[in-house]
Amino acid sequence: MTSWFGVVLAVALAAALTFLTLPIVAIFAQQPPGDLLSALGEEGALDALWLSLRTTATALALILAVGTPAAYLLATRRFPGRAGLITLIELPLVLPPAVAGIALLAAVGPSTLLGRAAQDAGLQLALATAGVVVALTFVAAPFYVRQAIAAFEAVDPTLLDASRTLGASPARTFARVAIPTALPGLAAGTALALGRALGEFGATLMFAGSFQGVTQTVPLAIYDRFATDFTAALALSAVLVAVSAAILLSVKLVRGPDAVAR
Amino acid sequence: MSAPGGNASGESGARAGRPAGDPASESAARAARPPAPAAAGLSLAVRTDVGALDLDVGLDVAAGECVALAGPSGAGKTSVLRIVAGLLRPAHGRVSCGGADWLDTERGLDLPAERRRCGYVFQEYALFGHLSAWRNVAYALHEIPRAQREPRAREQLDRFGLAERAGARPGTLSGGERQRVALARALARRPAALLLDEPLSALDARTRAAAARQLAAVIRDAAVPVLLVTHDFTEAALLAERIAVMDRGRVLQQGTASALAAAPASAFVADFSGAVVLTGEARRGERGATLVALDGGGELTALEGEPGPVAVSIYPWEVTLSPPGEVAHDSARNHLDVEVVSVTTVGPRVRVGLAAPQPLTAELSEHSARALDLAAGSRAVASFKAAATRVLPR
Repeated sequence: MTSWFGVVLAVALAAALTFLTLPIVAIFAQQPPGDLLSALGEEGALDALWLSLRTTATALALILAVGTPAAYLLATRRFPGRAGLITLIELPLVLPPAVAGIALLAAVGPSTLLGRAAQDAGLQLALATAGVVVALTFVAAPFYVRQAIAAFEAVDPTLLDASRTLGASPARTFARVAIPTALPGLAAGTALALGRALGEFGATLMFAGSFQGVTQTVPLAIYDRFATDFTAALALSAVLVAVSAAILLSVKLVRGPDAVAR
Repeated sequence: MSAPGGNASGESGARAGRPAGDPASESAARAARPPAPAAAGLSLAVRTDVGALDLDVGLDVAAGECVALAGPSGAGKTSVLRIVAGLLRPAHGRVSCGGADWLDTERGLDLPAERRRCGYVFQEYALFGHLSAWRNVAYALHEIPRAQREPRAREQLDRFGLAERAGARPGTLSGGERQRVALARALARRPAALLLDEPLSALDARTRAAAARQLAAVIRDAAVPVLLVTHDFTEAALLAERIAVMDRGRVLQQGTASALAAAPASAFVADFSGAVVLTGEARRGERGATLVALDGGGELTALEGEPGPVAVSIYPWEVTLSPPGEVAHDSARNHLDVEVVSVTTVGPRVRVGLAAPQPLTAELSEHSARALDLAAGSRAVASFKAAATRVLPR
């Protein structure tokens, strides 16, 4: 009875697995590992890796510092317009990257009021490293904030009440009870935002451009090389695959070792 | 603390009063501890909407006194606790404790929860899952120097017999242990008032008796006002000196358990104040029965119960009365000579307050009450079945 259905299921799984993993395996199989490693040694590749690391770390720091309290407010207070506010925050999530780039140019581009004000204050955004950070923050923040709201909403409100009756101020309650209790969810949100920021391409290209060492992050460097130096593009891709896999694994570890073993 | 605070709370205490105090029921009561001046105790008079509930409650609890807020779920009991603790802000009202004003909506005063010094034991205990037992207790001690917190927290846990579990996370503790950690944590900061929300309801029946005993000791030793929320009248009778029966946001009647059972002010209180609780000492009887020697005299037979100090609960409608010397020939095995203390008609029923000599209540139909010609001071025999006699460890 179940035999033919079992075969259908197994075939479906095999097809899905092959389709999803083949391209990733191919990145490592195309060229001998030695060639990949030496391609990484090239100056432009290292520049791109270092820039990606710096800009992603800065964007994440900004997202965590501002997104965490904002998410806490949205998760613990009920006020008119709350649902609309959350939708607005989530909007960049579904925005095509090209649109995000155009939107950033329109808002803080060099010819806009805000952009000029930033420039006068000594902060060069367009075609500068700071612009990359802005683009990464814009596209990655919703991933974190959304997850953080859900994580804070799942915290039993009586824990927060208990903290208050034990003499803790609202700020202390936030830091000592709400954040530790919501930590697995916050970590998952961080990983999602990290993955999104690391892979960001369209908005960065349109808003900050692609200048080696200044705005050329790893995805831009891959795009820059794929027509001229495919091995270098493969090497950089392999690095991103490794980092992405590490992120995925760490999210699952945070949610409990069972999630990996199963 | 400050003189103006003392004045204001004195006023509010006078205004709050005892909403449904019934003089007749007080006479039937065993001597309840008289409320101390409101300045030393907890005094509240609040009126507000909580969702669909219209809450209007006035209450005074003296220092060292335990008052139980008893009633069905949705009566507003927990809301009263939350208002006292500063977790819920009422539209109108005043709360004062230990001579300090905590809330006065007219003056725009609303002390934040963290400055009210309420020891609050939540229904599911609300222990912090990411902290060990001693760190849960130390959380309440952040006002003392850091180096003293751990020894103080461990000492506090030791007092509750939890020294060996101090390093355990709440998730690995049993229900009874969690309840004790919650109590230790609530008392760690030397609270000005102790608030207990259904402190025994999350425990299984076996753990409950021991936990109730320990809780009774904690309440007895507490030198502060204690407000206990429960939906269980027996629990209220065992733990509190005074019971305030609540329904739909109102305190319907206040008094000792026996006073409420003997002279309920309304049909609701009559139904709710079901079991009468007597205390005594149990020992094994013949054929597996348990004999209970009641404090103050009299002996009962019950079908179960362990030897030792016990509480015996009997529902008023299980108790029949007959004239002295004319014991009814039915299956009842328990007969107590009693004196009639009060006769209260509630709808078609009559509640008869009895001195056995512990307070006992019988509920009769109006017809049988008339036939017996009951009046305060007359004597009778109260009979009830051994099967209707519930024995709980005390």
